Amino acid sequence: MTIGLGHYLAVAAVLFTLGILGIFLNRKNIIVILMSIELILLSVNINLVAFSTFLGDIVGQVFALLVLTVAAAEAAIGLAVLVVYFRNRGSIAVEDVNLMKG
Amino acid sequence: MILPALFFYLFAAVCVASAVMVVVSRNPVHSVLYLILAFVNASGLFVLMGAEFLAMILIVVYVGAVAVLFLFVIMMLDVDFSELREGFIEYLPVGLVIGGIFMFELLLIVGAWVINPAVTKTITAAIPTNVSNTEALGLVLYTKYIFYFQLAGLVLLVAMIGAIVLTLRHKAYIKRQDITVQNARTPEMAMALRKVPTGQGLQDADAAEWVQ
Repeated sequence: MTIGLGHYLAVAAVLFTLGILGIFLNRKNIIVILMSIELILLSVNINLVAFSTFLGDIVGQVFALLVLTVAAAEAAIGLAVLVVYFRNRGSIAVEDVNLMKG
Repeated sequence: MILPALFFYLFAAVCVASAVMVVVSRNPVHSVLYLILAFVNASGLFVLMGAEFLAMILIVVYVGAVAVLFLFVIMMLDVDFSELREGFIEYLPVGLVIGGIFMFELLLIVGAWVINPAVTKTITAAIPTNVSNTEALGLVLYTKYIFYFQLAGLVLLVAMIGAIVLTLRHKAYIKRQDITVQNARTPEMAMALRKVPTGQGLQDADAAEWVQ
């Protein structure tokens, strides 16, 4: 009944798949797409930390910290773009984002 | 011995279930709340793995900052979210197929995979046993990986400035401070001394001249 590396990797794999699925299912709602990306980054972090602790190498946790930073920055910029887009168009539907198509 | 396994299955099950709810939830506010639940349970998994510092950072950064940011944006935008869900059933089959293929491949890799014994010899920075996780992380992060740390700070700075620049807007009718105009202002520009004739008062034309 001991919990090994494979268990954590399986959880991370399920979370990653759910993130991918979320992008497909909520194609119109960009807020949920951003949340799905957060889920994907969380699963990546679980992978990094799992390998770090099971191999006894702390560098994995350092990189998990950097992934966390990038995730926070990405969420901030993404939501700022979303707010500007809503201000200009009055909707956040992803299909309407084709104004720049030459 | 059984307790860590029990807690692992608890955290993992709640984490995966709330991730499912993030994806299928009708209301985006519920999605954010389930996202918070998923993050809290993932930080529980981190604690089980022995990465306490990252677990706490996960709660502070994700639950405290990112999820609240999502909540703010959702509540600020006046959007009909039911309209945005229209294609949900339509995209469900293709999403399930692609997700299933993905899951199958990932589990194939996880199942058929072993650690190369030589990898333990190539460890960059071994986890010290006599110090706490936070201290061990700091010992590496502030020495060997100081440039990555600084770079992470730069990424956050750029994100902050970018978000401000994107959302800031100047309206034409709002009066703003102009420091050069303020500094160039003299008492002569600001006021006028008049000798008011007794019993007559100021004429309208005089008044209009200095009331600006």
